[in-house]
Amino acid sequence: MSGPVLVLVEPAGDVADRVSLEALALGRSLATRLGVPLEAVLIGPGAGAIAPSLGAHGATTVHVVEDPRLAAYAPVAHGAAVVELAAARGAVAVVGPGTDRGAEVLAHAAARAAAPMAANVVALEPGERWRITRQRWAGSLLEDAWLDAPVRYLTVAAHAVAPVEDLTAPAPTVLPFAPHLRDGDLRVRVTGREAPVAGAVSLADARVVVGGGRGMGSAEAFGSLEALAGLLGGTVGVSRAVTSAGWRPHTEQVGQTGQRIAPDLYIACGISGAIQHIVGCKAAKRILAINTDPEAPIMARADYAIIGDANAVVPAIVAELRRSAGA
Amino acid sequence: MRLLVCVKRVPQTGGRIVLTPDRRAIDTRYLGFTVSPHEECAVEEAVRLVEANGGESTVLTLGPAEAEEQLRDAMAIGIDRAVLLETDGREWDPVGTAAAIVDAVRAQEADGGPFDLLLLGNEAADSGDFQVGIRVATALDRPCVTGVKRLEVGSAAVTARREAAGGGWETFEVALPAVVTVKEGINLPRYPSLPGRLRAKKKDVERMTPAWTSAGPEMIGLRLPEEEGAAVEILGRGPDAAPAVVELLAGLGLWP
Repeated sequence: MSGPVLVLVEPAGDVADRVSLEALALGRSLATRLGVPLEAVLIGPGAGAIAPSLGAHGATTVHVVEDPRLAAYAPVAHGAAVVELAAARGAVAVVGPGTDRGAEVLAHAAARAAAPMAANVVALEPGERWRITRQRWAGSLLEDAWLDAPVRYLTVAAHAVAPVEDLTAPAPTVLPFAPHLRDGDLRVRVTGREAPVAGAVSLADARVVVGGGRGMGSAEAFGSLEALAGLLGGTVGVSRAVTSAGWRPHTEQVGQTGQRIAPDLYIACGISGAIQHIVGCKAAKRILAINTDPEAPIMARADYAIIGDANAVVPAIVAELRRSAGA
Repeated sequence: MRLLVCVKRVPQTGGRIVLTPDRRAIDTRYLGFTVSPHEECAVEEAVRLVEANGGESTVLTLGPAEAEEQLRDAMAIGIDRAVLLETDGREWDPVGTAAAIVDAVRAQEADGGPFDLLLLGNEAADSGDFQVGIRVATALDRPCVTGVKRLEVGSAAVTARREAAGGGWETFEVALPAVVTVKEGINLPRYPSLPGRLRAKKKDVERMTPAWTSAGPEMIGLRLPEEEGAAVEILGRGPDAAPAVVELLAGLGLWP
C-alpha cells in the first residue's frame, strides 16, 4: 500500500480552522480514490488538543508537532516539519488550506522539497498523471492542469469544497512528531502580535456585511452604512475604488486583493460588481444590491435589488429599522 | 540602499473574461495590460524607500517583449533601472519563474553589488501561485516575509507587519538582505507625472533571455466557472423600498 495523503490543519483558537476542514474533505476524497489513509498534521504547542476532533473529518492518524520553539509561528520551520513528516510517512500528497498561512507553509515545504506546488485547487483526479482543477484570478477563471511529482503539494481553495463530518468515525491515532529543525529554520518568526480591536466584527466572520462602492460618492457617505451595519450586528466592507480614493482603510476592502467574506447577507451599496470584487463576496449566502443602474453587473449576482441611490435608500432603511425596533 | 522589485504583466480584466479559441489564454485583443495591485504597491514602496534612504531601485519582469510597457510604468513613478527577462510569450510556471529571477538577481548582484531588499507581490493577479517570492528567498537563502502591509526598513533589519489570521496584526523582524512580498494597502500608489513618463521613455531597459524550464503544474486548458444564475428579485425603487428590506431581514432571521 502507498503512503498517506497528509493534510496540514491550521488551528483557529481551540478548534480546527474551517478552511482546513475543507482541505481535509478534499484530502479524504483523494485518499479514498487512491485507497490510502488520510493523515493530518497539527503544528504548535497546544495544537494537539484539536487532534481527536479530526477523526470525524476522516483522519485516521494525526501527527502533532509540539516543539516549544514553534510557540511563535515560524513559516520556514513549519514547512520543514511538513517536508520531514511527509518523507517519514512516505506521503503521496501534501494538502494545505487555501489560507494565507496554509499557502505560505506549503510553498516553503514545496520549495524545500524542490517540488512543484499547485495553489487553490478545487478538484483533482489521481491517475497515471494527476489532473487538477485550480483557481486563477481568485476564482474568476479555472485552470485544468497536470500535476506530476513524486509528492504532490497543493492547497485547497477556500469555500470551494464543503467540510464532511462523520461523528460516528473512530477516534484517530495521535502521534507526536519531533522534526529536526535547524537554527536557520527559526530566523523568521512572529515577534509581536496586535490583538484585533475589542468588540469589532471581523469581515471574515460577519453575518451581515454592508458594502460600499464608488457610487457612495464620498467618505462622509459611509456614515449611513456604518449605522446600518451597527444595527444589524455586522460590519462595513468596501470595493477597491473606495480604498483607492482614500475614503476608507484597505483593511475593509473585499475582493481579489482584499478580504474574502461569507456572510448570510451582503448588502452591496453603489457597487458595480467588477469580477475582482465578486470573487471576494460570492461566498455570501445572499446578496442585496442597491444601485441606480439596473444593468450593473452586480445585479446578475444579486438575489434582491433596490433600484435607487444608496445615499437615499440606506438612511431610509436605517430609519425604518429604528422605527420597527421602537414599535 | 539597493532594492529590486519584481512585477508581472497581466491583462486588465474587469468585466466578463473571454478566452482565446484554444482556451489556453485570455483573449486580450480588447484589453489593456497592467500589473497586480499588490505589485503596484511593491513598486511604490521601493520608490518611497529610496526617497527616504537614498540608493537605487531596479524593476524586473519575466515576460514578453511587450512587458517593457510595465517596466516603463514603474520607471515613470520613480524606479531607476529596469531589467526584462524576455520570454517568447509562453506561460512560465512558478518554479521556472523563481529560477529565472534567482539567476537574474545573481547576475545583477555580481555587477552592481548585493540588493538589500527584494520586493514582490504576494501573488500574481492572473496565475495566483502564492509561491514565487518564497522560492526565490529559499534559493538565495534569505529570510522571507509574505503578505506585508506595513514595512519599516532599518540599516540592518526590517520590521514587517501583516494582518493575522482571525484578526489583528502580526510582526516579523528579519535581517537584511531579505525578501518581502507585499499586499495592496501597504501604501496608496502615486500616479505617474508627465515629466516622469518622458524620463522613463528615454531610459534603457536591460535585457536577458532565460532558458525555459518546466516543473508544473502543466496547463491543459482554461474555462470559466459555471455562473450561479440567481434570478434577482426587485424589492422596490428608492427610499420607499425600506419597509421591504426590513421584512426581508426579518425573514432571513437577521432582524430584530
